[in-house]
Parts: sequence; C-alpha cells; structure tokens
Amino acid sequence: MTAPLLVARDLRCSFTSGGRHVAALDGVSLTIAPGETLGLVGGSGCGKSTLARVLTRLIAPEGGSVTFMSDDWLALGGNRLRAARRHMQMVFQDPLAAFNPRATVGGVIADALRIHAVVPGAVRSKEVARLIDRVGLPSALLGRSIRDISGGQRQRVAIARAIAVRPRLIILDEAVSALDVSVRGRILDLLVGLQRETGVAYLFISHDLAVVRAVSQRIAVMAAGRIVEEGPAAGVIAAPSSSVLVDLIGAVPRLNGIPPS
Amino acid sequence: MTTLAAIDGLTVTYRRAPAPALSGLSLDIEAGEILAIIGESGSGKSTLARAIAGLLPEKTTIAGRLTWPGLDGAPRAGRDIGYVFQDPGSSLNPVLTIGEQVGEGARRHLGLDRRAAVAEAVRLLARVHLPEPQRIARAYPHQLSGGQRQRVAIAAAIAARPRLLIADEVTSALDVLVQAAIVDLLVELVRADGMTLVFVTHDLALASGIADRVAVMAEGRLVELGPTAEVVGAPRAVETAALVAAHIDLSSPPLVGEAS
Repeated sequence: MTAPLLVARDLRCSFTSGGRHVAALDGVSLTIAPGETLGLVGGSGCGKSTLARVLTRLIAPEGGSVTFMSDDWLALGGNRLRAARRHMQMVFQDPLAAFNPRATVGGVIADALRIHAVVPGAVRSKEVARLIDRVGLPSALLGRSIRDISGGQRQRVAIARAIAVRPRLIILDEAVSALDVSVRGRILDLLVGLQRETGVAYLFISHDLAVVRAVSQRIAVMAAGRIVEEGPAAGVIAAPSSSVLVDLIGAVPRLNGIPPS
Repeated sequence: MTTLAAIDGLTVTYRRAPAPALSGLSLDIEAGEILAIIGESGSGKSTLARAIAGLLPEKTTIAGRLTWPGLDGAPRAGRDIGYVFQDPGSSLNPVLTIGEQVGEGARRHLGLDRRAAVAEAVRLLARVHLPEPQRIARAYPHQLSGGQRQRVAIAAAIAARPRLLIADEVTSALDVLVQAAIVDLLVELVRADGMTLVFVTHDLALASGIADRVAVMAEGRLVELGPTAEVVGAPRAVETAALVAAHIDLSSPPLVGEAS
C-alpha cells in the first residue's frame, strides 16, 4: 500500500445566500491514491465544485485539513506553495473562460513550461510540439488564437497545459460536459491513455454518472455538502445505499429505452 | 395522420456566412407527434428549429417552402408555436415578475384581463409542478434555480395553448436529475393537450426515450429520418451510427479497471 497522494479531512465551507446560511461543504473527507481516478458525482448545488475550489486553494475552507504529497497543503505559502502547485492542475468545463482570450495555443502551453521551469528554455518549443501532438492536435494550430478553435480542440489544449508541468493530480470539473458526444469519447480516451503513461491521478467531477463510471476506479457520491457514499465504481453502482445515487442511476438515459420517471 | 407543417427544400444562409447552415431540407411534422431533431454542434438543428418558428434573424437568406396544412393560416409566433430555449436565464425578462411574463401570452393571445392573466399564470405554474405557485408568481427569475426557471419558460411557452411546442436543447444546461424531470414534464404536457413537440437535442439517448420519430442532422443536412426504434436500433447513416457508438451509459464497458 503506497502513501495516499491527497487526504482531505472534515472540510467545511459555507456561503450566505439570500440571508440564509448554506453549508456548501459540511465535513467532507476523501482520499486519492497516486495514479487512480476518483469520480465525484452529485446534482447541481451539492458542493462538488466548491470542493474542487477548496482543494485547488481558490477558496479557503472554514475548517478541515488537506494533506497533499505529504505536505500540510492549506498551510503552504510562498515558494513552497508555488513549487507544490505545479503538481495539482485543474481543467474546467469552459476552457475559454480559463484562458487569456488573447493567447495563442502554443503560448498557453509555453507559459506553463516557463513558469514552472519544467524544461530548459532551449528545448521549450520542442516540448510544446510534443505535447500538442500527444493530445492529438496538429502543430498547425500552435499559432492560432485560443478563441478561433473549436470547443473540443480547446479542451485538448487545456489538457496539454495541465500535463505540461507533469503534475501528480489533475482535478477535472465537468471537463467533458459541454462537448459533443463524439468529441467526449475521444477526450475520455485521451485522459485514460495519459494516466497509463504518466501515472497522474484524477479527481473527475461530473453530474453524469455514466461518464464518471467509465473512467473511475472509485466513486464518491455527494449530496448537500456531504459525501454520502464511496467505494469501488462497479460495487457502488450495483448496490447504491443513498437515495441520491439511486436517483442518479435512474436518470441516466438509455438508448431506445423508456424515459426515467 | 394530419401533417401540421411541411418543409420542402429548405435552405438557410446566414448573413455573411460562406456556406448555408441548412441545405435542401425536406421534412413533414405530423400533428400530435414527438419529433426529435438530433445532431452535434453546428449540424443545423437549432437553425431548423428557428426556421420553423420564424425566429431567424433579419437578412437571412431563406429558400424553399414551409407550409402549414394543419393550421388555418400562417402561424402566429407565441400563439400557434411555443418556443423554449436552452438558457432560461437569458430568455426570461429579469425585471418582470414570473406571474407577469407567464401571464403575458394569455393576455395577448387569449384576451384575458390583467387579473385573469395572473390567475391563469398561477394555474400554469402549478401545471409545470412548481411548488407554491402563488409565491413563485410574485418572484423574479434570479430568485429561482435553473430547473425552476426552465419550468417557468415552459409555462410561458404553453400559455397561449399553442399547437406546436419547440424545445431547443432545453436540458443541456441542467444536471441529469433535473433533466429527467423536465423531459417527463414536456411529455406529460404534450400528451395531455394533444400538442406536437419538436425536441431538439445533441443527446440521442435522451431523445430515444420519448420521441416517436428521430431526424438526424449533420453539416446542415438531414441524414436520416424514421421511427425512433429503427433509427437507433439499425442506423443507416454513418452519422447516426457514430452517435450510437459514442453513447455511454451504465452498461458501457468501463475505460479503466478497478484498483487492486
């Protein structure tokens, strides 16, 4: 048994909405092992995106702890935080909102390599070319503006940027939810292939249980700011114990089937 | 079966676009059916829906014929055709109460006075299964969730009792739980009122659960049309076969093995 890559304990976070106090995270604990995919599934407003933002330190929790690569992740600052951040990357649903809109495809990837000094400057452009090829994009795209490529191509660029710095963990928040189904399938294949090659771990967040099941070794189900069940993917789906998972299973559209009711 | 609308050789080219968004499309919409229009981004499915509803922008070049044998004359937007958009956040007026905008169709098209229109709005909000319809009628769009807003948009679209309801990617912005409930609601409403439903989506599986017929579009063309079970079970067009192959559900083979 190897040491876990990330351990979150009793994370708490709340917002005030319309005068009411809402607990977005109500004591969330989870563990991610090196090289595995933990799927996190739940309906809108269950707190899954808040969890992603707390783990990536975009927002600070009110309580709880996160250990990442054996460091007290929430206490890290300065140079040590900058160095550790490289190992936790994030891919969002809407890649356009995640990029500087004036950037070029090649510039986005080169910036990541430069900021984290992943490779010597002299071989940087060669590494950019290798990465763009690895995510299945033609090198002709390198000079294009990030705005002028399709949504599926943009998500490949976001993945290339994330893997460029050779992270240990990538958090994918609804990363394939806005894509056409044919593009979605190819992006999932790409993610699984990259994991086999590099041993990167994924926290794969989605409301779509069928997609989560396809790529995850383990699944955690979230509702109202809590993780209500967790376990190996097939086992959890075969024997759901929470009402939200029963509902999520029932809501997966089946080809030619009878609509869920 | 009666034909509600007959589309013959419809070609639509947007202003300054290098190529048509729809090319020579012919299709009959039968009265009372649920017709799904399926396709990926850029296939022309929303252009077709907008052309049927007469919602294409000015200066769009339209060739071909669209006739309405099932109606007495040309359809009146909002009266004969109700339209529900993908994003209810931008299709609802942020400064009108829910009651006012749902009642507007009934006021304008059914000649109800203000009080009667508000009462009708409350009845419609109850019909789309919104809890506490009296309270919601006094609320503004930003006070509701995405799923609730989409129910409001559906209530507004059916207010004038249209013959045809067009639902254009109405569940794409919603999570799967809310999606299933909205689809159930649409089916319940069109079956109860004998409405015709044109259901536009990129999700073939979602459509296959409710549609009588499926029209598959790719690159501005209709590539396959037929009864749902035939199109899904034995696709003839390569584009349809690709959509079937890309479908992922709980019986699809996982892409990864479980941790040892």
